[in-house]
Amino acid sequence: MSDSMSPTATATAGGLADPAARRRLMSGVQPEPGSSKPNPILKVDHIVRQFGGMTAVDVEHLEVQRGIITALIGPNGAGKTTFFNLITGFDRPTSAGQGAHWSFDGANLDRTSASRVAKSGMVRTFQLTKALSRMTVMDNMMLGAQDQAGENLAKCLFKPFWGAQEKQVEAKALELLERFKLLDKRTDYAGSLSGGQRKLLEMARALMSDPKMIMLDEPMAGVNPALTQSLLGHIQSLRDEGMTVLFVEHDMHVVRHISDWVVVMAEGRLVAEGPADTVMSNQAVIDAYLGAHHDTDLGDDALLSDAAFEQIEKEVAQEDAEREEEEQS
Amino acid sequence: MDDIQQILQSMMREAVSPTTAAVALAVIGLNIHFGYTGLLNIGQSAFMLFGAYGFAIMVDQGHSMWLGVVVGLLLAFVFALVLGVPTLKLRGDYLAIVTISAAEIVRYVGRSVGYEWLFNLTGGAQGIPGSHYRGPFADLSFFPSGDTTLLAFNYHDVAGGSTLVRLVGWLIVIGLIWLTVRIGRGRMGLAGAARTATIAALVVVTALVIFFLVPVGAQNTGVNGWWFTFVAWLLVAAGLVVVLGLTRSPWGRALRGVREDEDAMRSLGKNVFAIKMQALVIGGLFGAAGGMMYVLPTAVQPDALGRNMTFFCYTSLLLGGAATIWGPVLGSLIFWVGRVAIIGISNTYLSSSDYIDVMNGQQTSQFAFIVIGVALMLLVIFRPQGILGDKRELRFNV
Repeated sequence: MSDSMSPTATATAGGLADPAARRRLMSGVQPEPGSSKPNPILKVDHIVRQFGGMTAVDVEHLEVQRGIITALIGPNGAGKTTFFNLITGFDRPTSAGQGAHWSFDGANLDRTSASRVAKSGMVRTFQLTKALSRMTVMDNMMLGAQDQAGENLAKCLFKPFWGAQEKQVEAKALELLERFKLLDKRTDYAGSLSGGQRKLLEMARALMSDPKMIMLDEPMAGVNPALTQSLLGHIQSLRDEGMTVLFVEHDMHVVRHISDWVVVMAEGRLVAEGPADTVMSNQAVIDAYLGAHHDTDLGDDALLSDAAFEQIEKEVAQEDAEREEEEQS
Repeated sequence: MDDIQQILQSMMREAVSPTTAAVALAVIGLNIHFGYTGLLNIGQSAFMLFGAYGFAIMVDQGHSMWLGVVVGLLLAFVFALVLGVPTLKLRGDYLAIVTISAAEIVRYVGRSVGYEWLFNLTGGAQGIPGSHYRGPFADLSFFPSGDTTLLAFNYHDVAGGSTLVRLVGWLIVIGLIWLTVRIGRGRMGLAGAARTATIAALVVVTALVIFFLVPVGAQNTGVNGWWFTFVAWLLVAAGLVVVLGLTRSPWGRALRGVREDEDAMRSLGKNVFAIKMQALVIGGLFGAAGGMMYVLPTAVQPDALGRNMTFFCYTSLLLGGAATIWGPVLGSLIFWVGRVAIIGISNTYLSSSDYIDVMNGQQTSQFAFIVIGVALMLLVIFRPQGILGDKRELRFNV
């Protein structure tokens, strides 16, 4: 794709720190599953993954716009993480060789290993964080850097080949650790960090490779509210620096707050796409994922009143009755 | 007192023996596999056997010694590739299964008598006597002929070799070891290069005092003589320098990353398969070098380099501390010297009419392995990181 290199494309990507500009950019996009984007960085076609008879993922077409935050949401078992694994090379589609096709930044990824996907600039994190426990935080960070001459077996015994680069990598790691407030943990083993700090470390480590696109698998899961705020800040600042972000998340507040575009999956398929505020009111999305109570804050104490419980019980009973009726008919 | 001195003498002989150094070399290789990369290679003895066969057969067939070394290393290299290609993409356990079976296959092929051409090369279970291939190596010696005692100046020369000198000497040794351990644990306010240098100096001084207290004499170039010992430990030193360089480099960092989590490494764009393969090959080459050194003073016998040897290597590694630089050497020394000590003690005190007579000569050797087994269990329970390992690393479930 030569258009990704054109000056106009770069100009659009650079100016996306302004919310209005992002809204203007995405306003022309049809809010329907598989719609085409003005400047997609990731294009996915016909990806199917079956586990035995069960189809976990069946995505016909998806484009991810460059330079914005795209959220991928869906109920449990919707295939979000499997989809992540497929496009990052950690899993192979069942449809491989039968029309499955996906490309990142113009480069075809159909037959690419996970490490090559990462090298091409699409770096992911994991739902269950993968901190390298018995290594220091600093070593974790240093591993993130790409194209290190010192990782070449033929050169690694001779420091002149990699000493200078090592210093640069170190400086960059310290800078990122500072930014993610992990600087005073740098000599600690990564295994001694808390769950939230590991999430931060994993994100910082992914950034060491200067990715074009960062893919976060449930970055807020198990993170306390204060840390969530700072994680959100980090994600937004990444976008403002021109990076593309795609993330899987359950927390609706987060999705509404920071995402510029939302893609909804259910039962392996894309069911809706659109800006956060409108996609949430899409009936298909409400049915598939959010349920009738998506507007209520589950942390709200008012919900703990007896009246609220009775109300919910009544609704549950009603739904059950409806389901029985359906089954009988 | 003479009994004790005799036991100490035999321990000392074992400590400096080229075979101990050879095993240390193989353990250094195993440390790259298991300690740094997390590859569960249970066939290190096969790498040793390939090194030994390659070297011995080439020399036995009239080729140059250097060609023998190259062929031995090449065999181990090819063996590592053959093992690695199918298994390194799978989960770690598969490598363990494949390596232990492959090692047994290699050993059985080596001792088989079915094919005459093969039998002519390997000599079957009898193996190849050391005298068939030792010559060229012994000829390289630039040591003068005759006998030499390890440290020319020894306790016999002081005060007529009185018991007092020996006792004072051992007290000094204990004091030096205590000091070394304290500094090693960072209790004496030394850090960084100063600490390393002090420890190195203390270890050298301790070793010299021990050599002084236990004078060992041997031929200069004969079997088990100083020339063999010198080359073997020189190889160990060279191996340590190489491993130090490798593990302190970004490549070594990548090794440890693979040990911790392969998927995380993939997500960072590292070619995990290539890193594992490189580690397998390098550790295997160390194993082959160890195998050559091991058979030089003895003979190539496939059964001497079987499963037992692999397990001794693991014991030494865990004893010294996996993923440490000095662990393999310290572990091998303690393992082999400890074994000789137990054999010596039980020979002297448990199988003699002068003291207690509960076992015969054969049983003492088996008894030694029982004691070592129990000691290893205690070690794994009470100090699972080994002698030099970092306890902090064990706090996390990996």
